[in-house]
Amino acid sequence: MNTAESFAELPVTPKPPLRRFHQARWDEPIIFELSTPGRRGLAVPEPGAPPVELPESVRRAEPPGLPELSQQLVLRHYLRLSQENLGADLNIDVGQGTCTMKYSPKVNDSFAAAVAELHPLQHEDTVQGVLEIYWRLEQMLAEISGMARVSLQPGSGSAAIYANIAMIRAYHAANGEGPGSGARDQVITTMFSHPSNAACAKTAGYEVITLMPDADGLPDIEALRAAVGPRTAALMITNPEDTGIFNPRIQEFVDLVHQAGGLACYDQANANGILGITRARDAGFDLCHFNLHKTFSTPHACGGPAAGACGVSAELAPFLPGPVVTSDGAAYRLETPPRSVGKIRPFLGVTPNIVRAYAWIMALGADGLRQVAETAALNNNYLMHKVLQIRGASAPWGRRRIEQVRYSWQELSEETGVHSEEIGVRAADFGVHYWTSHHPYVVPEPFTLEPTESYSREDLDEYAAILAQVAEEARRDPEFVKGAPYNQSIHKIDSTPLDDPKAWAPTWRAYVRKHRP
Amino acid sequence: MTHPYIPNAEPRVRAEMLAAIGAESVEEFYADIPAELRLGRPLDLPPALPAEHDLVRHMKGLLGRVTDTEQALSFLGHGCYPHHVPAVCDEVNSRSEFLTAYAGEPYEDHGRFQALFEYVSMMGELLEMDVVNVPTYDGFQAAGTALRMACRHTGRSKVLVSAAVAADKLSKLRDFLAPDIEIVLAPVGEDGEITVPAFDAAFAAVYLETPNVYGVVETRGRELADLAHAHGALLVVGADPISLGVLAPPAAYGADIACGDIQSLGMHQSYGGGHAGYIATHDHEPLVAEFPSRLFGIAPTKVPGEYGFGDVFYDRTSFAHREEGKEWVGTAAALWGITAGVYLALLGPHGLRELGETILARTRYAMDALAGSVTVLHPDAIHFREFAIEVPSSAALLDALRERGIFGGVALDARTVLVCVTERHSIADIDRLAAAVQEVL
Repeated sequence: MNTAESFAELPVTPKPPLRRFHQARWDEPIIFELSTPGRRGLAVPEPGAPPVELPESVRRAEPPGLPELSQQLVLRHYLRLSQENLGADLNIDVGQGTCTMKYSPKVNDSFAAAVAELHPLQHEDTVQGVLEIYWRLEQMLAEISGMARVSLQPGSGSAAIYANIAMIRAYHAANGEGPGSGARDQVITTMFSHPSNAACAKTAGYEVITLMPDADGLPDIEALRAAVGPRTAALMITNPEDTGIFNPRIQEFVDLVHQAGGLACYDQANANGILGITRARDAGFDLCHFNLHKTFSTPHACGGPAAGACGVSAELAPFLPGPVVTSDGAAYRLETPPRSVGKIRPFLGVTPNIVRAYAWIMALGADGLRQVAETAALNNNYLMHKVLQIRGASAPWGRRRIEQVRYSWQELSEETGVHSEEIGVRAADFGVHYWTSHHPYVVPEPFTLEPTESYSREDLDEYAAILAQVAEEARRDPEFVKGAPYNQSIHKIDSTPLDDPKAWAPTWRAYVRKHRP
Repeated sequence: MTHPYIPNAEPRVRAEMLAAIGAESVEEFYADIPAELRLGRPLDLPPALPAEHDLVRHMKGLLGRVTDTEQALSFLGHGCYPHHVPAVCDEVNSRSEFLTAYAGEPYEDHGRFQALFEYVSMMGELLEMDVVNVPTYDGFQAAGTALRMACRHTGRSKVLVSAAVAADKLSKLRDFLAPDIEIVLAPVGEDGEITVPAFDAAFAAVYLETPNVYGVVETRGRELADLAHAHGALLVVGADPISLGVLAPPAAYGADIACGDIQSLGMHQSYGGGHAGYIATHDHEPLVAEFPSRLFGIAPTKVPGEYGFGDVFYDRTSFAHREEGKEWVGTAAALWGITAGVYLALLGPHGLRELGETILARTRYAMDALAGSVTVLHPDAIHFREFAIEVPSSAALLDALRERGIFGGVALDARTVLVCVTERHSIADIDRLAAAVQEVL
């Protein structure tokens, strides 16, 4: 279906050949359908000791209805499923904007594997090398953010956002302005900050105030002036926001919040384009976080395990989740900060990813990180230049962008009736991924591209050419685009049962009960 | 040198790209960053190691300065468990297609959706519940969220929590349920089980863990379910799924929400990096509405008989509704869910039962073996995988054992040590521990 014939007419130059991609299609059954009673995929050791009789009250009455498969069949099933999956190693993964998809060096996986058999409660003397990696990474991230101390405990970016709001709550409580005091019960965030900033603040008990963008696409500073006051616990803001725009008045935002007695918390999920260029602390922020799987290259793993890092000023350091690592220059020890908010996660965080992130920074050094940032910005502006040549695509707010752009297909959609989500599905037919969730749709028919430093100019040309091809198809034959996908593992999905309690099937047993009685 | 990870840092390519854009230099892209916020100096970081060989040597130098639980004989557990990880689990979770994917759509990431759907489906069979979430971060988070779900569902703000819960987990619950939910602790009885306390209609839930922090299998689940239900509250049970080949699933004695950690299902210990949380309920719409995390379900495609997948009831989530969603959802631990699915598929119902029997038998064997030289706590209770011993000095015992190449357990306090035994510990390993304990005491 996606032949290359029409390609010479595309409005992008140079004109790379259109890839004749087809995703693997195995028609792989659900694993329960592969079951044959009596088979097994693993033998377990015999007890070698007398059996323990269990009373009926705690004994399982019936064996669980798990599938029964031989080992090779399990392996084959999952390898087929892996082939029906488009990892970042396989595609030009610039379409997952806001998520900073970059190359995760293979050598780092071997370092992660080297910690597989360490137990988190081993004596400190037996894990000095790993504690040194923690300590060194904490120091590096402190330098990169300008903060005084860093904790590597959170399991992801959102968990780090939560840890930050927990520290904000504890800090105000220590000053007699905690929950129940009637003071500092509001958190201010912005519409283009990640939803977790709003949702974590709400979970922690705060009323959330969301600033909308002004005519220039920046969070409205007048709205901030109106919102800030004695009830302000904190500002939680991403910068650059998911639009790719850096807020030039960020210092004013921080100052306004500080003058009202609130704290300023920097979501650095989008830090990739500013590494070595500007730092959270230099703009006066009290807390920040990094997503190690975004900015520091640990693999995204289908949605985790990820890893997060919280950085804080000296004033907030006593509240960090613990333990953190300390060093006297000879040995490394674990220490829980005196007013710690406690555990955010078991043990010391996602160690395999701590090790990977450390190795990635070591491979690049200060010059390398600066090259990462500059190249991410270069790639982004180059791709923007390409995309804006495609008729029907636009980018609101004609400002400079850092590492990503939130674009709009509004014009194309008005002309053809084809929506952004449908364009994304059709783009996948060419072997690239394009993310379509940007709730709420403040920018109409949105799509966000974030090329990072990992992709070559040829990759960016190819990606832009694919979008141009799909835009042309939408004009020529909108129903064809709406009918996509054609080259995927499966065909167009009818999503209606997913929202209907009578029909939804979140497990196989629910499916069998409702649809195969 | 053009760094191997940054293709467009090559000077000629960079110049051509700038020319195409019509920009003089990359500085133009940073026009919005005020001069006073510029760092103006290189970051102060250690010298770079761009050559892979140099990096490997550096990392090996650091990672060589550890003694892991294969070099020592380890009886450490307390929330992170040394179960055997089948080679197929490692093979699947190290595949690039899974390891480096993220949030693709159900079409190009069909395999991820199906693998996660199969994981939740196998967990559903193990738990005898119809709704299981795509993994949240860890068992701590799962317990915190499960209790928040119970509070939202009942409209109440007080929970009864078993005191036989790890101190770190309790720390997480105290933070996560603050400021609006009150935690009341139910003391541990002499038998190592939760005591049945005063209870009233102000409570949203009873939280019970089994096996609990002492490795004791709770036997009063039904009684607590009846107590909770009589007052319009829910029973929330934290259970390690690896025990459920032999132990009754929480739903069998009336639990409304089951939750816990899946590290034991095919994840390495990884210094505590292998955790992921599960939450499960029956298919009861009001309770399903309280899940903050993603739920994947089957949906038809336009080809009859073909299985598609998608998010069930997406409107619950903070992706859709920001602060109006239920808690938050972000990148958590999906790959460990896929891996746990592989594990459950490999073991199947009989493998999981046999594994449970082996662990039960070896745990009891170890309790009996140590009983000659130390006091074994809760000796009459059923123990799965862990048990506590009382000694003159936890630190002295563990130090002396470590000198003999044994990580003897986790100190719960100055005199109590928690010992963990799994299918990886042979009878000879247990005998070696018992002999060493006798020798050093």
